[in-house]
Amino acid sequence: MSALIFSLFIFVLACFIGFELISKVPPTLHTPLMSGANAISGITIVGALLITGSTSDGLLTQILGITAIIFATINVVGGFMVTDRMLEMFKKKEDK
Amino acid sequence: MSTLLPESILPFLTDAIHLSYLVATAFFIRGLKLLGSPATARRGNQLAAIGMLIGVIVTLLDQQIVSFEGIIIGVVVGSLIGAILAKKVAMTAMPELVAVFNGFGGGASALVAWGELSRVTDPTILGSSSLITTGLSICIGALTFTGSFIAFGKLKGFISGKSITFPGLNVLNIAAMIAVLGLIITFSLSPTNAVLFWSILGLSLLIGITSVIPIGGADMPVVISLLNSYSGIAASMAGFVLGNHLLIISGALVGAAGLILTQIMCKAMNRSLLNVIFGSFGGGSTGSVGEGESGDKTVRETSATDLAIQVAYASKVVIVPGYGLAVAQAQHVIKEVAAKLEERGVQVKYGIHPVAGRMPGHMNVLLAEADVPYDQLYDMDQINPEFASTDVVLIIGANDVVNPMAKTSPGSPIYGMPILNVDEAKRTIVFKRSLSFGYAGIDNPLFYEEKNQMYFGDAKKSLQGLNEALNDV
Repeated sequence: MSALIFSLFIFVLACFIGFELISKVPPTLHTPLMSGANAISGITIVGALLITGSTSDGLLTQILGITAIIFATINVVGGFMVTDRMLEMFKKKEDK
Repeated sequence: MSTLLPESILPFLTDAIHLSYLVATAFFIRGLKLLGSPATARRGNQLAAIGMLIGVIVTLLDQQIVSFEGIIIGVVVGSLIGAILAKKVAMTAMPELVAVFNGFGGGASALVAWGELSRVTDPTILGSSSLITTGLSICIGALTFTGSFIAFGKLKGFISGKSITFPGLNVLNIAAMIAVLGLIITFSLSPTNAVLFWSILGLSLLIGITSVIPIGGADMPVVISLLNSYSGIAASMAGFVLGNHLLIISGALVGAAGLILTQIMCKAMNRSLLNVIFGSFGGGSTGSVGEGESGDKTVRETSATDLAIQVAYASKVVIVPGYGLAVAQAQHVIKEVAAKLEERGVQVKYGIHPVAGRMPGHMNVLLAEADVPYDQLYDMDQINPEFASTDVVLIIGANDVVNPMAKTSPGSPIYGMPILNVDEAKRTIVFKRSLSFGYAGIDNPLFYEEKNQMYFGDAKKSLQGLNEALNDV
């Protein structure tokens, strides 16, 4: 089995898990869920780190890599923080 | 960083990194699961964040990484921007922010694929299957990037919320999609051809713009959710390019989750996804709907004092909040009004439509911000049976979600959308600036019903008036 096919297996199985995980979520949580999932898609930061760090020469690669890191970090840090901010407000009420 | 490690563990490093990726994946899956229930959602988000941190730290140990200057600059700048945006944003602007984050995520994936292409001196060594995923990653990432910023502009009002389209645009978009796929395949066979590369990038950026522009403002939440799904798939494709399973899995999870959310939202509006994408509804492109009819119909107006008496002597009041309430920042006043009514022994409930606000669940977030008690919030299915026994319904800044045309008029663009059955209540009061149409750009027959009264004005000022008048009742 080639590496590509193996990756495809993983991809498809992960898709199924994703479908299962989300199918029964109350509407109240849709906004935080969307922004939380959005933050996870910032995982591409790992790719950006590998591209940027693997070479110190090659100006174009460096520029692309650093821009990718900035973009992905905004997505990750901002996404998780704002989701937490929203959910914190939900939490506050439940404690009462 | 790997140079800091003792040499004896280096042979195991790659396996250790991959096992840590597996742990990170488990955190994401568990995190997403916990995000699905109100009691555990915050923990779920934190778990996912920890998973991300593991992924990042472990990657820095990778032996491929030899220089850190660029990484440090990128992470510091990105974290600052992200943190400031997350802290400063008003809760009403949540959909815009999600759109922006989404755009950055998609853009990052495209840049990663592009970066991989520029890193290898000779792209032919990547092999055609790898080049196809590179092309796909660039394409999906790029169209997510521009699409998200167009969606942002529409929500923010920089770009008209109306549907901007012309006949044949859909056909052109589909043709462009097919062209890009063709270009990607050609590119995989001759990867040194720079023209092909730039055509893929340029056309993909363009598709992001032209496919979101024709979609009306009312459908933006669906679009954002769909773009969210795309940004996941783009990350997954970048994973294929780099042969990184963490990216493939996490991206696929988000891609699938985004698709399910999109579907849930479409269901809440009784539309099919295809209809949202190609329907161009929500901007009045259908033109004649309801227009011109409203002139000869009459509405009954009410005043603060009159309304105060009505609600003070009611036994059950349901509040239907809409985005207008949030825009006017009236969440806090409505809470005061509700508290006063409860003191008088009036039963107060909030009826929340699944698409109230600018994205699903948005209204819950906004009311939570104003400390409205959780147990007073009712979903559409819970509140609908209660309207028949309700004395007064206060509809504040909501319009389309209470429009009876969704039930009665098959020709209406919102026909079939589940609505809050406020017309079953004894009296409805609509808080509204004017008799203008709602976000969907259509008239609302509810306004002209005999038992309906209009309370014109800015939602916040109107509620403050009501709040004061209640003191004198």
